Amino acid sequence: MNLTEEEKRIAVEQTRNILQGFSGGRGNLIPILQQVQEKLGYVPREAMEEVAQYLGIPAVDVYSVATFYNQFRLIPPGKHQIKVCMGTACHMKGGNIILDCWKRRLGIDVNQVTPDREFSLERVACVGCCTMAPVTVIDEEVHGKVTPTRVDGLLFSFGVKIPKGQQKEGEAVEQQ
Amino acid sequence: MKTVTLTIDGRTVQAREGEKLLWAALENGIYIPNLCAIPGVKHPAAACRLCFVEIEGYPRPVTACTEPVVEGMVVSTRSPRVDRLVYTAFELLLSNHRLDCASCPRNRSCELQRIARERRFSLRVKRLRKLERNLQVDDSSPVVRYDPGKCVLCGRCVWACREKGTGVLGFARRGFERKVTTFGDVPLGQSGCNGCGECTRVCPVGALTGKEA
Repeated sequence: MNLTEEEKRIAVEQTRNILQGFSGGRGNLIPILQQVQEKLGYVPREAMEEVAQYLGIPAVDVYSVATFYNQFRLIPPGKHQIKVCMGTACHMKGGNIILDCWKRRLGIDVNQVTPDREFSLERVACVGCCTMAPVTVIDEEVHGKVTPTRVDGLLFSFGVKIPKGQQKEGEAVEQQ
Repeated sequence: MKTVTLTIDGRTVQAREGEKLLWAALENGIYIPNLCAIPGVKHPAAACRLCFVEIEGYPRPVTACTEPVVEGMVVSTRSPRVDRLVYTAFELLLSNHRLDCASCPRNRSCELQRIARERRFSLRVKRLRKLERNLQVDDSSPVVRYDPGKCVLCGRCVWACREKGTGVLGFARRGFERKVTTFGDVPLGQSGCNGCGECTRVCPVGALTGKEA
């Protein structure tokens, strides 16, 4: 995932603004990261480096904390966020098959974003509508009883065309 | 410095007051398995769960690396309860360790092999399913070869890198995904590592090894 120079500049600038409200010392690390994520939607490398320098701790310690907690995302969110439920009921109803479908169709892994930044893929633990298992949530909209065909249908509704020959092969879709 | 007298496995030994039991035993030639222990560190990680001992008057086994010696303490390094705890911890470590002893640079100087020999454990995983982590060997540094598949996550290299190196190593992620890595998971060669090789000297297994050796 490559950020543009503009994004990097904004990340550094915003992080510096946030840091002004904090004193040094390790104890403030999590609140700082939370504010960075609130502002930018994710915690980029550039922001982590700024935070490490400000707090006087090794950069890898910031990385350690940011990767330990699920609440932090390290890549920018896509325009459409796809969350595949992996709760108990969805798991029993083949949630992993649906997740694999998304991965294959988008050509990305979990916690990644497509190169055009249209879609990002996440796995979540129970979204609270187990009767509809397996569930996929796209931008706060819940889709129940998802099947591989429905995955293709949902992608089609976002204007992604799946070439006929590829439908069975399950290859990644060329994005316009 | 005051000394205290205690009994370990029926032997009377002297130790400095406040010293941790593990070091008192090791200095007197009594072996207790350990991986994450670092001499002189104030707050031991106690992460490897291998240094369990029985202390008279204690309801259950305790980790020797966190227990300060006390005058008149009676310690036993072996008991059915201790053996069971240590064997389980050892098996869990082996279950995701890339066992490749024959071609491993640390063959015969590996701490896992030593523990297996001392406690008569087999170096095969019997009760548990083997879970390979499928991690790539990092060969990018001119002096250090890092094989995360053999890492036991003891944290000694992280400590050594901070104390004597440039502090590029650290832990990342959680649970099964946890690994020793650098900022942003960049290869060692591009991480700002100065190649001091301290990590290779403290690594108890074949995860971090020197290249010229």
